[in-house]
Amino acid sequence: MSVAQFVQLFQSAIVFGTVIMFGAVGEILTEKSGNLNLGVPGIMYLGGIAGLATAFFYESGTANPNPVLCVLLPFAAAFAAAALGGLLYSFLTITLRANQNVTGLTLTIFGNGLANFFGGSLNGMAGGVGQISVTATSAAYRTTIPGLSAFSVGKIPVGNLIFGYGFMVYLAIAISVALSFFLNRSRKGLNLRAVGENPGTADAAGINVIRNKYLATCIGAGISGLGGLYYTMDYIKGTWTTDSTIEALGWLAVALVIFATWKPVNAVWGAYLFGLLYWMFLYIPGLTRSSMELFKMLPYLVTIAVLIFTALRKKRENQPPAGLGLPYFREER
Amino acid sequence: MSNLKQGHEPLLRIVKRSSIHRPTAYAIRVAAVLLSLLVSGLFIFAVTKLNPVEVYKAMFAGAFGTARRSWVTIRDAMMLLCIGVGLAPAFKMRFWNVGAEGQVLIGGIVTAGLMRALGNTLPTPVLLALMAAVSLAAGCVWGIIPAAFKAYWHTNETLFTLMMNYVAIQLTSYCVALWENPKGSNSVGVINQATKGGWFPELFGQAYSLNVILVLALAIGMYLYLSFSKHGYEITVVGDSENTARYAGISVKKVTIRTMALSGAICGLAGFIAVSGASHTISTSTAGGRGFTAIIVAWLAQFNSFIMILISFLLVFLQKGAIQIASQFNLNDYASDVITGIILFFILGSEFFINYRIILRRKEHEHK
Amino acid sequence: MEQVNAIELIGITKRFGPVVANDNVSMVLKRGEILSLLGENGSGKTTLMNMLSGIYFPDEGEIHVKGQPVTIASPKDAFACGIGMIHQHFKLVDVFTATENVVLGLEEEGRLDLKAAAGKIREICDKYGFVIDPEKKVYDMSVSEKQTVEIIKVLYRGADILILDEPTAVLTPQETDRLFDVMRNMKADGKALIIITHKLHEVMDVSDRVAVLRKGRYIGDVATKDTTPQKLTDMMVGRTTTLNINRPEPKDPTPRLEVKNLTIHDAMGVKRVDNVTFTAMGGEILGIAGVAGSGQKELLEAVAGLQIIDAGASIEYRAIGDEEKEAVQLVGKTPRQIKEAGVALAFVPEDRLGMGLVGSLGMTGNMLLRSYRRGHGLFTDRKQPEELAEHIKEELEVVTPNTSYPVRRLSGGNVQKVLVGREIAQDPSVLMTAYAVRGLDINTSYTIYNLLTEEKMKGVAVIYVGEDLDVLLELSDRIMVLCGGQVSGIVDARTTTKEEIGLLMTKFNKEVAQDE
Repeated sequence: MSVAQFVQLFQSAIVFGTVIMFGAVGEILTEKSGNLNLGVPGIMYLGGIAGLATAFFYESGTANPNPVLCVLLPFAAAFAAAALGGLLYSFLTITLRANQNVTGLTLTIFGNGLANFFGGSLNGMAGGVGQISVTATSAAYRTTIPGLSAFSVGKIPVGNLIFGYGFMVYLAIAISVALSFFLNRSRKGLNLRAVGENPGTADAAGINVIRNKYLATCIGAGISGLGGLYYTMDYIKGTWTTDSTIEALGWLAVALVIFATWKPVNAVWGAYLFGLLYWMFLYIPGLTRSSMELFKMLPYLVTIAVLIFTALRKKRENQPPAGLGLPYFREER
Repeated sequence: MSNLKQGHEPLLRIVKRSSIHRPTAYAIRVAAVLLSLLVSGLFIFAVTKLNPVEVYKAMFAGAFGTARRSWVTIRDAMMLLCIGVGLAPAFKMRFWNVGAEGQVLIGGIVTAGLMRALGNTLPTPVLLALMAAVSLAAGCVWGIIPAAFKAYWHTNETLFTLMMNYVAIQLTSYCVALWENPKGSNSVGVINQATKGGWFPELFGQAYSLNVILVLALAIGMYLYLSFSKHGYEITVVGDSENTARYAGISVKKVTIRTMALSGAICGLAGFIAVSGASHTISTSTAGGRGFTAIIVAWLAQFNSFIMILISFLLVFLQKGAIQIASQFNLNDYASDVITGIILFFILGSEFFINYRIILRRKEHEHK
Repeated sequence: MEQVNAIELIGITKRFGPVVANDNVSMVLKRGEILSLLGENGSGKTTLMNMLSGIYFPDEGEIHVKGQPVTIASPKDAFACGIGMIHQHFKLVDVFTATENVVLGLEEEGRLDLKAAAGKIREICDKYGFVIDPEKKVYDMSVSEKQTVEIIKVLYRGADILILDEPTAVLTPQETDRLFDVMRNMKADGKALIIITHKLHEVMDVSDRVAVLRKGRYIGDVATKDTTPQKLTDMMVGRTTTLNINRPEPKDPTPRLEVKNLTIHDAMGVKRVDNVTFTAMGGEILGIAGVAGSGQKELLEAVAGLQIIDAGASIEYRAIGDEEKEAVQLVGKTPRQIKEAGVALAFVPEDRLGMGLVGSLGMTGNMLLRSYRRGHGLFTDRKQPEELAEHIKEELEVVTPNTSYPVRRLSGGNVQKVLVGREIAQDPSVLMTAYAVRGLDINTSYTIYNLLTEEKMKGVAVIYVGEDLDVLLELSDRIMVLCGGQVSGIVDARTTTKEEIGLLMTKFNKEVAQDE
């Protein structure tokens, strides 16, 4: 593999990884509260379309789009739309006690539909399929730190490898690390983990279980939604294609949660590893087009292996939160 | 609920209903569907400014406007129903088989493979039987793998089956690339277009008669199986309480694996019907998310075949209708997923009001 | 400063539906004392204490803490009053360390400092004589360690009134002694403690004063030094009440179930049943007495094939009419194999809906549980179960809209009638029941007693695990007493006394305590 190829692989892995890292880290926060939200793909769709629509209307309504607003408005919209998706899920599963899996799947169908419906309409407004493009916003999202990215050691463009991305790549890492600190080092994080592990115990310790579940699920959904935003703004550079790529990425994010054994920091390197595994086929010589597809299976196979391995090893720290997927309400007597 | 203030009882109390009249339960469900149609109507009105009634009329035309449309609606409803029927035993056992998508695809892959390989050598009836058998077996294997791991090592079946979907999807992509026709089209194309080898034959002058017969037979069979067979009884007991199952001498492991073998097999057969009886090709969208939608069908019907028929038709009607309004009013046919989502949210939420009563504090004292 | 009572309860009443759990209870806890709250199972001890810890809210009455009237509506309120309760069922998060569990839910200022918290925990340990590693995960802990964490949790929150709900039920004698030392240290520190127990020797050992509850009523209190186990037993059980349960003489007793050297370890490796040997005779009712958790559940489940039994045990069964034939060995058989060997064994387990019945099915569906394999070929035969369900519904007066109405939605008494009715309908040779009348009203209880006696007269060996000694004394022919998984005695129910059984129930614990 040449240096150029390596750089290319490395960079595509990071860009790919960032999309699912947002999705996974948000879902980790959600699952830590005991809610298994299978609506991640739908939520990422919601985030993606809200960000794109906001950017589209901002850009088409302003002569000279301000780069800062270009970043902030879609960002806020994506987070809010995704969090609303989380709120809907929370209301149904926590307050109305609907089944978590079924509600999550419905949210995926709904998010997929809503996003592609509006995505298609925006494409229509912009003059046909694949025509929509929010160049200013996408550029703002893809701005790298000037100077740093030019730096290289020998033939290897180290600066470009490490600093050659838009801010959201670093934001994803920052959120992961921050979440890790929150969960492991803060009082609120400890309480939240208790809610996911054993809501009865948390309740007895005076922790508001309902509130914790709602907050974790909504904020978690918001973070997952940023994955959709990053996908539209950076991965496909400010356009919209009406297909099921986000859905596939969303399920991969769910897989990453398992792979990371519910630890946000593992999700960082896991995401990049998934990216590498996903794109590796391009750089392995002698692969036919069909065997490339088999290579793309790797992230899922690895996840299954992790699932089996953790179940066999029974190490308690690597298990899903004990209350994951189970409804909780204080029994009345 | 948990906003207990010192010395006060909470304002609202939620109490599990001890019983509910069936009519009341159905009234709640119907109300939920009506409410959801209203909200969907508002949604349509908001984005299109069209009269929702006109839109619903157009939807009806889209689903049943012509004989051909009706048959496509029926075909797709049967497809969804078939997967729902496959999922029912697993879910009744409280085994979260989220892997129907993959099980359908695996069944579809082997069907397409056999169709390509033997379509012009074997007589169609023999080939159909062979494809049915092999797709059953393939789906069965796809179902047994997560079940065995769950039974012996307690792996989480929701996540395991979910991952198996994507393994199947990549396997499908692999086969599509392998069988590409014509080259560079990135699709398999219609298999045996000329000879129709391995296609479902027309019965009673209709292309999809066999689909209907097969799936309805399966649905009725599943109803009998779950309601009256010994296996069905064991599934009910295991789903209710594993301890009771052990008490009654039922092997939980055995029932888990056997039931998932059946569930996977029927989903595999759905793949066979999808390929041989409908699309005559294979692609990653052969299952097309129906593996997930069918979960909702099975769950909402509480595994009753006949209610599953109703719900399948409702959902497919919505899809077809939405596709119609999409083309008629120049919208995008993903509107169907939006409407489906809205309706499902309402139905899911309505179950709460069937199972629980909300009591205001003052009322409660009167009850005492 | 004058002596102020730590807690004063005035006229507390608590009802659960028609059941009065606490009836106008007034009592006092003084500072710097250990008070034993004594009473039989179901006497209302835990309910009363749960009102102090904020789990339940009293229907009537007042609570005063340190002289002030207070309202305790939640565990938080209880903590604010300085009251901490150590429940029988630990409320701990398994994957957390001791420290994490202790600080859980605290609303302290500043950031979470687990090191400082661990330091504070060590201080508490040193002060009162606990031994615990603050970094240890709960899932690695023994039961006694978990209990220690629960106590530290309460002390960490600054509680000076501690309630321990049967803390010794899960402890070994050595661990119990250690706990008592800690309790004495806390008392010396000026804290007030209540220990709920029904073990008399512990009461004599650790407490300063004893308060006795019986059937929800406050019977009185005495200074420990002025009383004896005998006097306490009298207060606790009251005069033997006559229930007028019909008890015919045993009908030609013949061995039906011979259990020899039965030992069971649970999944955690704790010995639950310890070398138990007994014979259940046909034509008599064998009562099994013992404090909760003495191995009753495991014993019955072992006979039914639901437990993993240590090597060397033997459980031999003889059906009615098969007295001359060779006995069937039940050890090593699964429930299904037992059934297929033709063993007519009926079992009414303690957890009715969780083990004995299928809650989502109706009466007919539940009748099927024992017979569904009988149908032809693939399908179940519903005709007989339907008839049986109708029969039981009529015979036992089960209140249900119809025989397909989910039994989960029936009242407790009706659920039990369905279960007992089905088990008896099997024409068993051995009938085992665990807490068959728990939670049932008087009429239903008598229905059950009569059914068991009828079975006895058919020559069935009836095993009745019970908690109410009055019932055991009047219903059974012989009573086997279990204590810590061992048989501490088998007595003739017609000649024994409540006191004798009470002493047998705590026999081994007492011997160990005296040895040391």
